[in-house]
This record gives sequence, structure tokens and C-alpha cells, in this order.
Amino acid sequence: MTGAPLPANANVLARGRRAEQALFAGLTLPATLVLLVVVFLPIFWLSSLSFLDRAGDPSLENYRRLAGDIYVDAFLVTFQISATVTATCVALGYPLAYWLARQRPRVANLLLICVLLPFWTAVLVRTYAWLVLLQRRGLVNSTLQSLGIIDQPLQLAFNLQASIIGMVHVMLPFLVLPLYASMKAIDGDLVRAAIGLGSTPTGAFWRVFVPMSLPGLFAGVVLVFVLSLGFYVTPALLGGGRIQMIAQRIESTITIFSNWGAASALGVVLLAMALGLVALLHRAFGLDRLFVR
Amino acid sequence: MRALPIAIRDVVKSYGASRVLDSLSLDISEGEFMTLLGPSGSGKTTLLMAIAGFVSPESGSIRFGDAEMIATSPDKRGLGMVFQSYALFPFMSVLDNVRYPLRIRGVPDGEQRRRAEAALETVQLAGYGDRRIHQLSGGQKQRVALARAIVFEPRIILMDEPLSALDKKLREHMQIELKALHRALGATIVYVTHDQREALTMSDRIAVIDRGRIAQVDRPEALYRRPASLFVADFIGESVLLPVERAGPGATLQGRPLKLAGAVPPGRDLRLVIRPELLRVAEAGADENGLGGEVRQAVYQGDSLLLIVDAGGGLELRVRLPAGRATQSGVAAIGARVELALHRDDTVVLAEDPA
Repeated sequence: MTGAPLPANANVLARGRRAEQALFAGLTLPATLVLLVVVFLPIFWLSSLSFLDRAGDPSLENYRRLAGDIYVDAFLVTFQISATVTATCVALGYPLAYWLARQRPRVANLLLICVLLPFWTAVLVRTYAWLVLLQRRGLVNSTLQSLGIIDQPLQLAFNLQASIIGMVHVMLPFLVLPLYASMKAIDGDLVRAAIGLGSTPTGAFWRVFVPMSLPGLFAGVVLVFVLSLGFYVTPALLGGGRIQMIAQRIESTITIFSNWGAASALGVVLLAMALGLVALLHRAFGLDRLFVR
Repeated sequence: MRALPIAIRDVVKSYGASRVLDSLSLDISEGEFMTLLGPSGSGKTTLLMAIAGFVSPESGSIRFGDAEMIATSPDKRGLGMVFQSYALFPFMSVLDNVRYPLRIRGVPDGEQRRRAEAALETVQLAGYGDRRIHQLSGGQKQRVALARAIVFEPRIILMDEPLSALDKKLREHMQIELKALHRALGATIVYVTHDQREALTMSDRIAVIDRGRIAQVDRPEALYRRPASLFVADFIGESVLLPVERAGPGATLQGRPLKLAGAVPPGRDLRLVIRPELLRVAEAGADENGLGGEVRQAVYQGDSLLLIVDAGGGLELRVRLPAGRATQSGVAAIGARVELALHRDDTVVLAEDPA
């Protein structure tokens, strides 16, 4: 049986669809506005500043200056520190996440809260806590001295090691959480199957468990590395001014030289590098493909 | 390839206060297709995992041939295994999955490839080697898991409900295929399922497991026709249990003496086990027991017609008739009186409370 189409119904249904679309648009509007005002507008404004010279004329001067030694060094140091922090986080976080993933749910929840606890403390507070521990007359030095292990206090704070220790402390949860989630999602039968088919438990861990945990590991590595690139407070305080990462360069360019154009150029380059890195990792490891089961 | 027999003796496994395997013993012959059948929580999977080595019993013995295996780690037991979830490695291609056991055993690369491709051919997946796991359907994944379990020619293959995730049609197809594969391989297969129909279809013998013990081990037909206990009678196939009274060496139903195939077992609370498809709509002949009643419900189920019959005295019978003629004749009319006949050879009397 064929009949004429029913235009009245088509209208009603189309109106319903439009209303639904309007509703969803309305629901996302506040978040979109906030992002627009506090993220995209400033980025746009800053990047346009970077293309102006001090007189306000269009120029690439700010970018030309970045080729200078101080800036190249700052970028190198930033990448080096970020890589070291990331590697240290992996070395500490992988065993931790593995151990957590093997606990009974109640124990695991309790331990996860312990991992998250630093998250709920301000970065500044945690950084000063490390100063209390590491400074000349700090807890570590005074303990070692009173035990007679050292005569003179060690230089523990205000150097590269101190910055890295502090940053690892802050970054560790960013690595552990996605890694733990991806380890929890691994079907125990997979490891059991590998062992049942002849792998030793150690062999099954490396051949099956580790590859299965890679998506979580990559997610954590990208998070830690990219967040470390822009780290400011911890390296500034624990480095005692000796460690110059990009964020500190940007800050001093503004507060000391009040050169907004140069500072903006640094920010733009850092942002481009972070985005480029994520894109590269995505290309190399197919971050999305790894998640397909 | 030689198959190995498995001898399980007095195996005990407890989780907390509950004994999951209660001093369980079972002999599986070489080359046999043995199914462990039981309701969930009966201990059948625990038994399979104990054979595999993933569960360590507190005591007992598990021997493959002459070798004691109870303390051997699972990777040294040389078993082929198929898991319920297939447990295929998602980051490897189909071919890499299948040759995994060969890689572990240090087989040369060319031979790995050749044997893996042969195994894929055996499970009718020739040419699928380059596919990714997530590109496969459920039935194809099942076949890959199977190919991976047989590729290194293990003498014993363990399967944990491998077909339960497939739809009914594919499952029944795979049952027939697995049975043919078993004949071709000749390996000993231990198969776990909770689906009694699947067990009846595939097995050489079935071990029915109830609360950590073996309730009965037998060939499918013997198990179906001569269940040793009411648990087995109730678990395997469809059955109606009618209370009967002991009368001398025989038994009576509603006061009338029954013609029985065998002796009435000792014990109290006797039940007559009736399979609904063994009842005939007819006046009872010389070797038959007459039953009858009023049709309460008639349920058309495609291949058969299920009649629910009120036999009086609170007794309810179920009768399964081939659908063709039964639906056309007047038998199915609700409220109609039907005469039913049960042959002497089809009777089984069991005690609820065995002595």
C-alpha cells in the first residue's frame, strides 16, 4: 500500500528535531562561553601580540630573538627536565599502578586515595614542604647530621635534582591514574591464556600485560610531559633561580622587561611544540587505535 | 600425536569455609571428549582450572599419563586452552595470535608461519592471518582461539564454556564442528559447560558435578535414560517427578501398581521420573503404564507441542508431542481428556532421600 506522504507529521518531527538541537546547543553554551572567554580569546590576543614590535607595528622581531642562545637554552632545559620527570614518573608509577591494580577493590580504593591525596593540596604548599625537607637546615640534612652520616649539610634544595623531585611528586598521579585504569581493564584471562599456552609468568607479563597497558602508559606520559613543559611554581622555588625553564623566562620577560610581545612569542612557540608533540605521539603510536579492542 | 589420559584423585579445594572441590576423583581416558557439566557454583570451572594449574588444590593428585602434575606450574603443563572470553591478544594479528604458542617454544619462524596457517585452515579461517582481532565476528574469534589452542598439537585441550557467547544457531553449528575436530585431532578434550544439551551433543562421556562432587559419570544416552540420582534426572533434560509409594519389591502411583524396568532403589520419598517426550497419547498396552488427565494448557513451540495435563490428586504431567499431527487432531483442546501411556522400559524410579 502506498499513500501520499504526510507533510503535517514531517513538520512536527522536524520541529522536534530542531527543538532537541536547540536544547543541546543551550546546554553546552555556558561551557563554550567560558572556554571562549578564558582560553581562546587570551590565546588569540597573546598570539597577535607576539607579531607586534614594541612600537606596535607588525613584525617578526619577537620570533627572531627566540633564536638567541638564552631562549634556545631555555627550551632545551625545559625539554630535558620534562623528559627526566616523565621517565622518573614511569619508573616509579608503573610498578605502583601494577601493584594497585592487583589489590582487592577495597584495598585498591584506599591506596588510590593515598595516591590522590597530594592532588588535593595546593602545589605551592607541596613545594614549600619539599623546601622544609631539603633545605640546608632541613629535615633530611639535620637527620643525616645527627646520625653522624655527614659532617656538612648537603646542597639538596635550589638545584636541578630538587626541581625534579618536586615535579615528580606533583606529576605522579597524572601518570598513575590513566595507567591504573588501563591495567584494571585488562582481561585477566589474557595473561592466563599466555601462561596456559606456555609463557612463563614473566614472559606473559612482558609479551601480553605490558603491551595491553601501553594506551594508559602513553596517555599518562603525554599528560606528564606536556604539563611539565609549562611547569612554573615548583622549578622556580626548588630550583632557587638556577633552573630556567620556559615558564620562568616568560615570567621574567614580562615582570622584569615588561616585553609582552617577546613573552607572547615564547608562549606561542611552547604551545605549538606541545601540540606538535601530541600530534607526533598520536601519529607514531596511533593513540586512538590502541584503544580499539 | 598421542593423547594423554588424566587421573584426578581426591582433589580438595576450599575458598574460606566452602569446599568447592570436595575430595573429587575422575578418570578421563586418552582421546576422550569429557564434559564437566553442572549448575553455576558446582565447581566445574574450578576443576578445569585445577587441571590447567591456575587453581592450586589443598590436597589430591592430578596425573597426565604417568606424570604427577599437581604442583607443576601452568606454563609447564603443555595444555591447549580455550577460554570463555576467547582471550585473544587484541594488539596482535590473527596469525600472530595463532603462532604465539610456537613462538614461546622457539619454533623457527618459517615453520611457525606454516603451522599457524595450517591450524587456521583446520578451523576454516584460511587467509584470515592478517586480520586484526577486532575485525572478526564472535564465531571467527572462537575459531582463532581454537586454532591457537591446537597449533602446537597438545595432547590435552581444555575448554571453558567456549561457545556460550555465540548465538544459538552458530553454537549448534560449532558443536558439530568441534566434535569433528576432536575426531581429527585425537587429543583428550576436557570441556566445561552448564548447557546440558551441548554436553549431550558433543561428549563421549559427561561428568555431572554437584557441590564439588561427581554426581554421575556416563555416556550421554546412559546419563539421560538412566540417571543415578534425582539431581541428575532434574538437571539433564526436561523431566516431571511424580511421587510414588513403595509396595513390596515394586511401587505404586496413586494406588495403582507400576510396570517398571528395574528394581526400586532403597531410600525414602520415591519419585517416578518422566521425560515429557516419552509419553504416548494412547490407551496403555500390555507393557505400558496408563496415565491420563485433563488438558490444562497447550503450548505450541514450533518443533513440538507441550501439553500440561492435570492427572488428578494434585499431580501435573507434561507431555511433549511432535507438532505436526498433534496440533491438527483434537488432542490439544483445553479441557479435553487424554489417555497417556509410558512404556515399562522408559521408567526410572529414584529416591529423594537415598538410604
